[in-house]
Amino acid sequence: MEVTSMDNIYKSLAEIVGEEYVSNRKEELYIYSQDPGMMEPHEPDYVVMPKTTEEVQKIVKLANEEKIPIVPVGGSLSLSGLVIPHRGGITLDLKRMDRVLEVNEKSRYVILEAGVTTGKLKAYLERRHPNLRFSIPDAPPSATVAGNIVIHGQGRLTQQYGFNSDMVTGLEVVLPTGEVCKIGSCSVSPYWFSRAPLPDLAGFFLGWFGTTGIITKLGLRLYPKKKMRDAEVFVVEDPNLVPDIIYRLTHTEMTEDIVVAAQPYPLLYKDIIMILIYITGDSDEEVEFKRRMVWDALRTYIDSKEGGFSMLPPDMKQVLLKMPSSDTTRFADVMKGGGFEYCGPIIPVEKFPEAYKKLLELTSKYGITYGMTGRVIGRSHCMMFAFGYPFNRADPDNIERTKKALHDSNIASLDIGGVPWKPEVPAQKMVMERMDKNTLELMKRIKKLLDPNGIMNPGNWEAE
Amino acid sequence: MPGLKLKFDEKLCATCPTYDCLVRCQYMDIDKDTAKAEMEKMIKGGDSFVLQQCVTCYACEEYCKRGNHPFYLITDLQEKKGILPIPKPLVTQWINIGVPGRRDIQQFWGATEPAISLCLFPEYVDSIQGKLFEDVSIILGRYFFCQLAYLHFGKPSLIRERLPGIIENIAKHDFKEVICFHDECYSTFTSYAPAYGIEVPFKPIHLFEYLYNKLREHEDEIKPLNIKIAYQRNCSTRLAPKKEHFVDDIFSLIGAERVERKYDRENALCCAGIIRGLQKYDLFVDVQKRNVEDMVNVGAEYCVFNCPACFSSLSEAVAKKGIKSIMMHDLCKLALGEKPAGWK
Repeated sequence: MEVTSMDNIYKSLAEIVGEEYVSNRKEELYIYSQDPGMMEPHEPDYVVMPKTTEEVQKIVKLANEEKIPIVPVGGSLSLSGLVIPHRGGITLDLKRMDRVLEVNEKSRYVILEAGVTTGKLKAYLERRHPNLRFSIPDAPPSATVAGNIVIHGQGRLTQQYGFNSDMVTGLEVVLPTGEVCKIGSCSVSPYWFSRAPLPDLAGFFLGWFGTTGIITKLGLRLYPKKKMRDAEVFVVEDPNLVPDIIYRLTHTEMTEDIVVAAQPYPLLYKDIIMILIYITGDSDEEVEFKRRMVWDALRTYIDSKEGGFSMLPPDMKQVLLKMPSSDTTRFADVMKGGGFEYCGPIIPVEKFPEAYKKLLELTSKYGITYGMTGRVIGRSHCMMFAFGYPFNRADPDNIERTKKALHDSNIASLDIGGVPWKPEVPAQKMVMERMDKNTLELMKRIKKLLDPNGIMNPGNWEAE
Repeated sequence: MPGLKLKFDEKLCATCPTYDCLVRCQYMDIDKDTAKAEMEKMIKGGDSFVLQQCVTCYACEEYCKRGNHPFYLITDLQEKKGILPIPKPLVTQWINIGVPGRRDIQQFWGATEPAISLCLFPEYVDSIQGKLFEDVSIILGRYFFCQLAYLHFGKPSLIRERLPGIIENIAKHDFKEVICFHDECYSTFTSYAPAYGIEVPFKPIHLFEYLYNKLREHEDEIKPLNIKIAYQRNCSTRLAPKKEHFVDDIFSLIGAERVERKYDRENALCCAGIIRGLQKYDLFVDVQKRNVEDMVNVGAEYCVFNCPACFSSLSEAVAKKGIKSIMMHDLCKLALGEKPAGWK
């Protein structure tokens, strides 16, 4: 881009949001050039922080007229480089749009601006609506709710209610051509209670990583928050048992969340697979009833001595009960070098043993360590399986081996019948290569229709 | 040293007038004739339902007044016959727990007497302070882990395999005496090791004996607590019953009343943590319920522990009934007007 043209764009952006909220300074562009994962960094030309939907609209119109790439950013925590501006342009940071606009207590939904973080929403509900909760992901609290929705994130209520994106009741979206569009009941009513019974247009935006428009507001289901919460850990050695254990647990319909985890360090966790089972209730009696149902469901494995419930000391239990889990980030730095990346495909639950064996095979092949986490989605309808690899950013060889393991993990995920979740650009290409051709063509048509100039987060979901 | 053999006198059993080891078991209903028959089978290395049903509470060691180690016999037989009291993955976890890692220190250079071994309880380091622990050196970690817990997991040979090395690590410090924070360590050195002919080249001191003597040194500073206490015995106290009197001695010094209750002293109930680990959930609930109700019925205000694992297992249940949980050494600090670590 020519210097004069860049000056003009900078000035136009400053006119929209104010001088204070636009930048082309090197140090700020550097920050927005990367995320904590392994994708190569690339700087934007501008960073802009709008406060309102109208400002977003003006910025998008400007970008569309000038055919400048535009990348919406939340917490930048996908780890798969989804907000790295691969072709420069404008990075549109939504963090100033951070208002919780409404909580409908009786209909149990909240309306948020797109920059509201999961930490803020959690604190807001705890303070003002203590009987309500949302499906908090195990991401740092600076992750935005909208960002998590856009990548089909999962959270603490996913086992009960599905992907966090399934909990969206409505959207306000700025289309790549600048129109503001409402989706769901809010398009015909002042209430944001549901996407049904209308044609469900949310699918044009969820899972698209901001390539079809910018979500500026969303409605989200809230759920009853029970007074008490407890955890049990069921431990097995044989990965082949895990699918049936999940099946039995989900059959009880007594659990809040089910997470599967394995890691070689510390030695306490070596050679075992842990199934973390969360139970909630409004009374001791309710929790106890559910606990007994859970124990009874797994009695076969207890009696055969193939599995058992851990003796959890209170301090360990406190760690498990933290929301979001602090263990995830603590383990992420086990190699002491600040690097952590994972490939987390969504897989059929019965494919857990294959995925687990592949993980062990890859860590052995590349001489790296691992942290596996899996979250059950729905009543055993599928699960996220994280091939997680901590690495040392100061060790180029370690980085290279980890990259290879991630690449192979993506291939393995597809080979076993899974689909990479929030895939980085190369993995997106792998997915599209295997995708039904007509489906891929449909995606291309939708993309072209909504974003005729290809300005939205280019590089992502870009079919050849 | 897996080959070490238990010193067990068959004749003592054959002439036993009571078979209290099994008859008094609180978790199996066994009459004297059955007890005799089952012991005879086990002495011959045969099968017995006892091997399957034992909750590993250690109490039979105390009930046997002839010092003939019925519990060690049971655990050796469990292992020999491949009977795992708890599920295999939990055994794997526990085996791995005892393996020293990068952070474990093999020798605490500069540690001097008096020295206290915190075994595998680093969370209590901050509590070893104040008048009772002035100038005390701490040793802890997996190189000092007494290993006795494997009696619960059907893996006693692991104790014999690892214990000589642990004893050697401690001995390298040239301590004449070592205070054992957890009486599981004390019992390892004074009961289990001699039962298998393992030499211990230092004198283990029971924490309660140490606390009693220190309190005596500060007797004029003690402010009587005037509280009612339920004392929760842990499994390894069954291996060192001769030190049990120090509980009463300490309580007497600090003005605390050990309330008379059904489940105390030799009739004490297990904290039930291990019973849960054995996956006997109904029994776990029943034992904890009876135990806590017993404390409530006699008006206990505090529940006092020696064992951190018992503390973990039982503290929530007693707290729900308004009873405060406290470790013995912290209780002693209270009597000296000191606040235990972490108290507000």
